[in-house]
Amino acid sequence: MGPARQAAMLSKKEKELIADIWESLTPVAEDIGADALLRMFASYPGTKTYFSHLDISPRSAHLLSHGKKIVLAIAEGAQDIGQLTVTLAPLQTLHAYQLRIDPTNFKLFSHCMLVALACHMGEDFTPVAHAAMDKYLSAFAAVLSEKYR
Amino acid sequence: MVEWTECERATIKDIFAKLDYDSVGPAALSRCLVVYPWTQRYFSKFGNLYNAAAIMGNPNVAKHGKIILHDLERGVKNMDNLKETYADLSVLHSEKLHVDPDNFKLISDCLTIVVASRMGKAFTGEVQAALQKFLAAVVSALGRQYH
Repeated sequence: MGPARQAAMLSKKEKELIADIWESLTPVAEDIGADALLRMFASYPGTKTYFSHLDISPRSAHLLSHGKKIVLAIAEGAQDIGQLTVTLAPLQTLHAYQLRIDPTNFKLFSHCMLVALACHMGEDFTPVAHAAMDKYLSAFAAVLSEKYR
Repeated sequence: MVEWTECERATIKDIFAKLDYDSVGPAALSRCLVVYPWTQRYFSKFGNLYNAAAIMGNPNVAKHGKIILHDLERGVKNMDNLKETYADLSVLHSEKLHVDPDNFKLISDCLTIVVASRMGKAFTGEVQAALQKFLAAVVSALGRQYH
């Protein structure tokens, strides 16, 4: 299923919910992003292999700045989910030709992002919000890997 | 057999000691049915699962969620013996209930998210890793008797 179809699986309400959540998280982008990354490194040590050139210890400058970059990209995509392929075009090229992160890792990161959201939002991370967010992150990951081959 | 560090054992016991089983169980199962609606295929006799509100309020779902959590507790008490502990349940899920074992991972992820939302900051990356390792071992034991 193409990523555009995946994005279309989100209802209007879900898209609004997702946009609202990410807008509210923009001020704490580096905390959420760094938290998700640290969780991924702890649960899935193989993911650390992509960061051998950075200092990924807790609260390190690299970790915070990298976490912030990722969250801001996800937040930007959330403002117009129908346009994901356009918004992410430069990142698609980056991931396909330079970073070449195996796409299975996107699933691992998405899961850890959901956990980070649950910790941060508590009861507000309702099952409906969780479902919408899971769908969005899946669509995001699919678009990101579109240029791989 | 799974090897557990002392830290992992303590972490798992600590998580479960602090959990409100009767709340977390229903929350995890109902979340699974909402986030992964195809899992509803196994609950056709449970009554109204028409939308998220119906699922969250369904008494059969709640009752079953509690059973699942209490069964997980058996695993916490027998971390070195999970295969034997869950052998009967594995046979049940395979031969009577015909549940695709891939589903065990789905509810396991939902449980992780519920625990995360209850524990907040205390649910660190290390705590998450320990819980996921435990749940993965339970999931593996539950899939053992399928053939």
